[in-house]
Amino acid sequence: MSTLIKTANSSTTDIYKLKDITKKVRINIVKMLSEAGSGHPGGSLSATDLLVGLYFCKMKHDASDPKCADRDRFILSKGHACPALYSVLAESGYFDVDELMGLRKFGSNLQGHPDMKRVNGVDISSGSLGQGLSVGLGMALAGVVDKKNYRVYVMMGDGEIQEGQIWEAAMAIGHYKLDNICAILDNNGYQIDGPIDQIMSPYPIVDKWKAFGWNVLEIDGHDMEAILDAYDEAKTVKGKPTIIIAKTLKGKGVGLMEADPSSWHGSVPSKEQASEAVSNLN
Amino acid sequence: MKEQSNKPEKIATRAAYGGALLEIGALNKEIIVLDADLSKSTTTKKFADKFPDRFFNMGIAEANMMGTAAGLASCGKTVFTSTFAIFAAGRAWEQIRNTICYCNLNVNIAATHAGLGVGPDGASHQMNEDIAIMSSIPNMVVIEPCDGPETKKAVFEAVKLNGPVYLRLGRATVPVLTSDEHVFKIGKGITFRSGDDITIVACGMLVEKALDAAEELSKDGIEATVINMHTIKPLDRELILESAKKTGAVVTAEQHVLNGGLGSAVASALAQECPVPIEMIGIDNRFGQSGEPDILFKEYNLTTECIVAAAKKAHQRKSSS
Repeated sequence: MSTLIKTANSSTTDIYKLKDITKKVRINIVKMLSEAGSGHPGGSLSATDLLVGLYFCKMKHDASDPKCADRDRFILSKGHACPALYSVLAESGYFDVDELMGLRKFGSNLQGHPDMKRVNGVDISSGSLGQGLSVGLGMALAGVVDKKNYRVYVMMGDGEIQEGQIWEAAMAIGHYKLDNICAILDNNGYQIDGPIDQIMSPYPIVDKWKAFGWNVLEIDGHDMEAILDAYDEAKTVKGKPTIIIAKTLKGKGVGLMEADPSSWHGSVPSKEQASEAVSNLN
Repeated sequence: MKEQSNKPEKIATRAAYGGALLEIGALNKEIIVLDADLSKSTTTKKFADKFPDRFFNMGIAEANMMGTAAGLASCGKTVFTSTFAIFAAGRAWEQIRNTICYCNLNVNIAATHAGLGVGPDGASHQMNEDIAIMSSIPNMVVIEPCDGPETKKAVFEAVKLNGPVYLRLGRATVPVLTSDEHVFKIGKGITFRSGDDITIVACGMLVEKALDAAEELSKDGIEATVINMHTIKPLDRELILESAKKTGAVVTAEQHVLNGGLGSAVASALAQECPVPIEMIGIDNRFGQSGEPDILFKEYNLTTECIVAAAKKAHQRKSSS
């Protein structure tokens, strides 16, 4: 049994360290997508702070023992944001940071959407939207059956919750009153075809989750202190699942994407745009 | 072989499945069973009553059930998920493909009420296309046992296998055709009867009819080899080719559409390596309808007489070629 990374205190020093990591992760995302020539920058950048808070502070995991039975699990249900996950995994030591530049290329382990058979640290393959919360439910039930105290984190997109299966899973998790699962909604407000409230509004989102028996926390998904506090609070809620609804900006950290989020779901920056974005992030 | 069928009582493969789960559930604590509000019909209720901590009713939500099964399996559990075949294979196909098969997880999908044998429920509930859509997915193994004892063996072997299995089970009671001597190995067909003139390859409820057809053919001097091809994928090509080389003509029989079922798989193997005359018994591009199974089997040409006629035709084609 490995020694899993201990949950850290969210002291000021930690916040600075974490912010430094988010910068590295965002730079990786911009570089790897530009190199790949295709992929999803907007939703990767919006999810970055939420992921860094988990992997570098709140989740029990160990890059040297990625299959450890007692580890916390993470499911990127919005699998197209995998540049963020790959970057966080590489920075956590699961594989070499240089591998990131192989994203989406033939022969690379870093497939266009996460493949658990190829990448250590990916707890389940994903990419087809709507399925991750169900998988999280299965992992949470296994934890109950085995009397283990690991936690399961599932990150979804806000467009993704248009999928009916999400609500099947939400109902079942509420029904079984599972408090070892924490969902995270990356509420950046946009899906491929445009703003979510124009394409197919999932609002009121908070009321829907409450109606399904969930504890709902609303935060600014780029405020690291708020993120860490929400993960802590979710752990203390017993007898019901928690969802963190995180307001985020699509393309966060890259000016031209923040200014025009509709255009940056599935298009990548040119070499010039990428290099400007990287220097701004630095 | 056939005389044994008079001794043990008829039992539906779905009922044998429920019994097998009880046995293996007692031996293996990692087994978890999920159902989608059909636990009485699929017979998983027996397991639920005995092992309530390892059974979860997922309600009428099959897509979620398959994803949940994947999550459990990713944590080391061996999972059985059950509902009717139409909802398991049909409703949740993409969840099975992307989250169970792509990840090659230990999820055994025991789908009951497959085929026309569902009877009065009618076309909406008669899943005649599941072999095609399940066997098309990489990593998936597809098994349709012919009787109760074979179902039990299939359950035990599925647990040993690393990866997903689709177990196609029926509603109707069926006679016992296999005995303890029949070794069940996934991917290895069982020769029930040997003859030199024609090979009949069948699965599920059509195995009994194939054996009856062989007796009829024998009266006319045509000796048939009958193969119980319980595993449709991976197909036992070796056994089929060996028998086709010996007999020179083949008939397939299944309770499934002709597109993409056992017949298609056998024809594909033969066309590539041993192109002999082949005739196929199956459902020809039609939906089912309400009616008792026997009447439906007649309407859709899935009878002993149809197999006899197909065998004679294939035999004739062989002689005239």
